[in-house]
Amino acid sequence: MADMTVAEIRALITNHKRWDLIFATVGVLALMVGVLTFVALFAGMVMDGAHRLSWDFFANFPSRRAENAGILSAWVGSTLVMLVTAVTAIPVGVAGAVYLEEYAAKNWMTDIIEINVTNLAGVPSIIYGLLALGLFVYKFGFGQSILSAGLTLALLILPVVIVATREAIRSIPGVIREGAYALGATKWQTTADHILPYSLPGILTGVIIGLARAIGETAPIITIGALTFIAFLPPAPFAGDPPAGAFDWLFAPFTVMPIQMFNWTSRPEAAFHQNAAAAGLVLVVMTLSMNALAIYIRYRLRKNIKW
Amino acid sequence: MSKITDGPSAEASLVLKAESRGLNFFYGAFQALKGINMPIYDKKVTALIGPSGCGKSTYLRCFNRMHDLYPGNRYEGEIRLHPDNTNLLNPHVDPIEVRMRISMVFQKPNPFPKSIYENVAYGLRVRGVRGVATIDEKVEQALRSAALWDEVKDRLNDLAFNLSGGQQQRMCIARALATEPEILLFDEPTSALDPIATASIEELIADLKHKVTILIVTHNMQQAARVSDFTAYMYLGEMIEFDATDTIFIKPKNKATEDYITGRFG
Repeated sequence: MADMTVAEIRALITNHKRWDLIFATVGVLALMVGVLTFVALFAGMVMDGAHRLSWDFFANFPSRRAENAGILSAWVGSTLVMLVTAVTAIPVGVAGAVYLEEYAAKNWMTDIIEINVTNLAGVPSIIYGLLALGLFVYKFGFGQSILSAGLTLALLILPVVIVATREAIRSIPGVIREGAYALGATKWQTTADHILPYSLPGILTGVIIGLARAIGETAPIITIGALTFIAFLPPAPFAGDPPAGAFDWLFAPFTVMPIQMFNWTSRPEAAFHQNAAAAGLVLVVMTLSMNALAIYIRYRLRKNIKW
Repeated sequence: MSKITDGPSAEASLVLKAESRGLNFFYGAFQALKGINMPIYDKKVTALIGPSGCGKSTYLRCFNRMHDLYPGNRYEGEIRLHPDNTNLLNPHVDPIEVRMRISMVFQKPNPFPKSIYENVAYGLRVRGVRGVATIDEKVEQALRSAALWDEVKDRLNDLAFNLSGGQQQRMCIARALATEPEILLFDEPTSALDPIATASIEELIADLKHKVTILIVTHNMQQAARVSDFTAYMYLGEMIEFDATDTIFIKPKNKATEDYITGRFG
């Protein structure tokens, strides 16, 4: 740069740095679109619905009178459906991902499976609803039950769980895997003692993000025929009509939070809209806390792993 | 064990531990090793030297069938392990059986994200060793052999990541020793370490040869000269010369070896 004076170099730098400023401004604006939209929505819900939040709101069934209506059947339904979803999607998804990464021969078959799994994540959720209506509700005869809904959402989040698990497994360095094999470990010993424990943070994060998505799903649940107005809870284990089993609740009719909201917003009275806002608030807090839990678990478990 | 009387170095006490005969190795269509014949003597250190890409690590990884982990790899010829004369490369010999007899220390320390104790004990756990007292004893023994016991005895339950690089590598050596292998493979074990840690590992290798047969790959010729009894010079997948380390470094028979040793090439 011998042909430039110091003043010229400084002018050049100032000129170039202007682009840093321009991009930073554009970036902040872009970010604000997302953040402000969410803040506005959330604030709107708080203003409309916060005054409805009370113990009664959680403990009451829906009612024809808006001021008496609550979300008891909805949050219990959502929780039970999520339970079924988690219990089925986690083992199936993790096992599938481990098989693909650690056991399957790398050939065109696994390539096709891989492409399909990735594509499944992009299938509209109502398609899963239609599949479930035909398969779980009618073919298997599970009816319009918590079991059918849980299995449907499990199908829906399966690709998310598989992809997250595979990513987590792939992030384990090859030398760790080789280290285990070099000591004489079998595939299963390597998987159980190393691959699964070290990929646990990633797996849990994927599972929770999947569940957070599933809890807000409405379309597939409506498709399989969830009720929109329900004033009773599924039977507790052993508490239903004799002969009562521990899992009668699986076959009970149900509703979930988003459907309850949908039901209330479609009514003409403003008081029901406030109920919907309050229920929305609860749903958003549930989702956010699940995401927060995912971040916390990731942070805690990753502390011991440095690579 | 068969006594070797006409080996490269006519020491009467040499016992053959392993021997590769006509070993070819292929990564897919690429032939990485070409007809390697070489003896490995019991309780001696054998060094493999040669320029990058000459196949020395590939050769080392044949001894514990590490290549079986990846598709498209193929062996020809044999590596006989004595005294039972098992061909390690025989497809009917389970690679897990081979790895239970032959341990390996890697280029970069690769501790598991577990405690020091659990790292060293892992080989024992894989073998189904039960009993806290037995494992405790073997872990201590291995850590002592790796000259690490005094530094870590008060913090065996600490994460292995908290050790320094040199300590981590000695822990990996302890992990490999805990199962009392017949041969210990070292794949450039000091290439990621500073000179002081390197010196301690070299000292350790010199001590260990009384207990175990050692095969070491090194890119550092001085290291080969310092730690090994025998040296093999490899180039482009071929074994150019194998002899006692002194002979290789003082009066190699092959011109190519001499050029590499003296730094005219490599």
